[in-house]
Amino acid sequence: MTEQAHKIKNSYRLGPNEQGHFGIYGGRYVSETLMPLILELEKAYNDMKDNPSFWSEFYTLARDYIGRPSPLYFAQAMTKHCNGAKIYFKRDELNHTGAHKINNCLGQILLAKRMGKTRIIAETGAGQHGVATATVCALFDIPCTIFMGQTDIERQKPNVFRMKLLGAEIRAVTAGAGTLKDAMNEALRDWVSHVDDTFYIIGTAAGPHPYPAMVREFQSVIGNEVREQMTEREGKLPDTLVACIGGGSNAIGLFHPFLDDPDTAMIGVEAAGHGLDSGQHAASIAGGSPGVLHGNRTYLLQDDDGQITEAHSISAGLDYPGIGPEHSWLKDQGRVDYASITDDEALDAFQICSKVEGIIPALEPAHALAHVLKIAPDLPKDHLLVMNMCGRGDKDIFTVAEKLGIEL
Amino acid sequence: MTNRIAQRFADLKAQNRTGLITFITAGDPDRETSQGILNDLPKNGADLIELGMAFSDPMADGLAIQLASQRALKSGAAMKQTLEMVKSFRANDTKTPLVLMGYYNPIHAYGTTRFAIDAAQAGVDGLIIVDLPPEEDQELSDPAHDAGLDIIRLITPTTNAERLTKVLDGASGFLYYVAITGVTGTASANAGQLRPRLDRIRKQTNLPIAIGFGIKSPQGAATLSKVSDAVVVGSSIVNTIGDIQNGSKTTQDVAIQVRDLAAAL
Repeated sequence: MTEQAHKIKNSYRLGPNEQGHFGIYGGRYVSETLMPLILELEKAYNDMKDNPSFWSEFYTLARDYIGRPSPLYFAQAMTKHCNGAKIYFKRDELNHTGAHKINNCLGQILLAKRMGKTRIIAETGAGQHGVATATVCALFDIPCTIFMGQTDIERQKPNVFRMKLLGAEIRAVTAGAGTLKDAMNEALRDWVSHVDDTFYIIGTAAGPHPYPAMVREFQSVIGNEVREQMTEREGKLPDTLVACIGGGSNAIGLFHPFLDDPDTAMIGVEAAGHGLDSGQHAASIAGGSPGVLHGNRTYLLQDDDGQITEAHSISAGLDYPGIGPEHSWLKDQGRVDYASITDDEALDAFQICSKVEGIIPALEPAHALAHVLKIAPDLPKDHLLVMNMCGRGDKDIFTVAEKLGIEL
Repeated sequence: MTNRIAQRFADLKAQNRTGLITFITAGDPDRETSQGILNDLPKNGADLIELGMAFSDPMADGLAIQLASQRALKSGAAMKQTLEMVKSFRANDTKTPLVLMGYYNPIHAYGTTRFAIDAAQAGVDGLIIVDLPPEEDQELSDPAHDAGLDIIRLITPTTNAERLTKVLDGASGFLYYVAITGVTGTASANAGQLRPRLDRIRKQTNLPIAIGFGIKSPQGAATLSKVSDAVVVGSSIVNTIGDIQNGSKTTQDVAIQVRDLAAAL
């Protein structure tokens, strides 16, 4: 066997297999009504992957509409504050619509258009994916319906209004706790009821195959840029990558291009809510076990009877009882480390970043940042650490003010 | 042991009659009421019973069955209890086929092999797992077949010719034709549209075909009985059970409803 072939055999970047499995994770656990649609999508996605005209359209809009590449920013003040590792922020919060979500929405709507679909549906938690979906739907003049839990509608009012301005129809979901999981159930029910014309833009690297692979592909623009930018800046690859994880799309987008670089460590940061022992958290890997939900097998928060339990996080975007299947596999492989950060720690990091670096982060990357604040001081000064600043905090100021006891 | 499902469909055929399959969720609205309704289903005219396994996230179901799951879970339903209910049912009825219907995760959590053995021992005859397509069902269908349980596959209006072959490969017991593209208890099924589809399926299999999703009334059941071997009624029965909890209906109303459905066939 040649060295090249040997290397490829041991690659972490080959998954999923043809059935959509990453080891025991992933797959296509959907009703028979949806199965032909999933297969049709997979075929369209496979055709698109090698189609230069698709990628040319994608990268042109990524540049001119989203504003890519996003800067790789040396966070001087934060580095000084931690007095350890050299901290870089990947500035995906500077994207159009204020988060990484639009990378994926752009890719999926271009695919939907090529498939001749005339109606878009999406689920949203924090509202960032809903806003990004509504945005690209406005751009391409395709009607869209966004499913959002009632609880999330109440705590993310600015994003709800943004979606309405963009022309989206919002469907409030009152089932369950009225959060992201319930919104996804309802979106799947809608899809089953509109099989001919509707394209479902899933917002994270989860769901039935090919979604985890497809979302990863569109979000990998993050990691690919970091590779190039860091090599240009420092002449080498980063030593550590840190990203927050709800479903895990920003994290897999950052990590995937580096999975076969053994000297680059990676840490995914889950939301520990009120603490892992409190039972009120959203840390599927730290506090869950493998199960099947929303089309894939992955780590889930569930009870002994296999009933899915409610997640909790101060961050609506991390408030989901599952995680993308590739993360579950990477966890079992030991290639990526997974840590967790509580609401309070994230809230502290949110304020520190605002004051120290002059960047108000979204509560989601505030979790990643809180972990950076824990580890950076103990790392050597030449250690290159990249944290994905995957969203900006404007949407969270009401939540944060309330937590701090301040009336706006 | 004679297979209860095969025997029942053979009997129906001999009687030149379309079977009534009734769906209720185990433990809805509580264990005792649910057991009483279950035990009386055969005498009220159910030829085959689908017993729903409550799940927190019933993605393929409309509001009626979502609420049924919620009521059952709230009253403490769990897989162990569902199997105990089947065992109690079997103490008085050894002939009526009973299949469990639901989602995969509670079975996954229970352990597929242990589940198949325990379900068969309790007196279950088959399984309908909505979110387990043929592509993914081997880890359950192998132990299920070993335990003598039928794996009942779903066929839908979106199942094309190529998939039909795949779906039929490994199907047993009967086929469950989902009459509408939608969740349970929403649109109404149309017999005229169904006939050519069912004819196509019958060219490839001898398995009996039950039609479900979208059958709400005795009239609807009667119409679809002309094209099928059995009809499934779920949401409308489950709605009545919901009304038992709020006090506006009684188990007697469920009995009457099932009798009316049976009389229409």
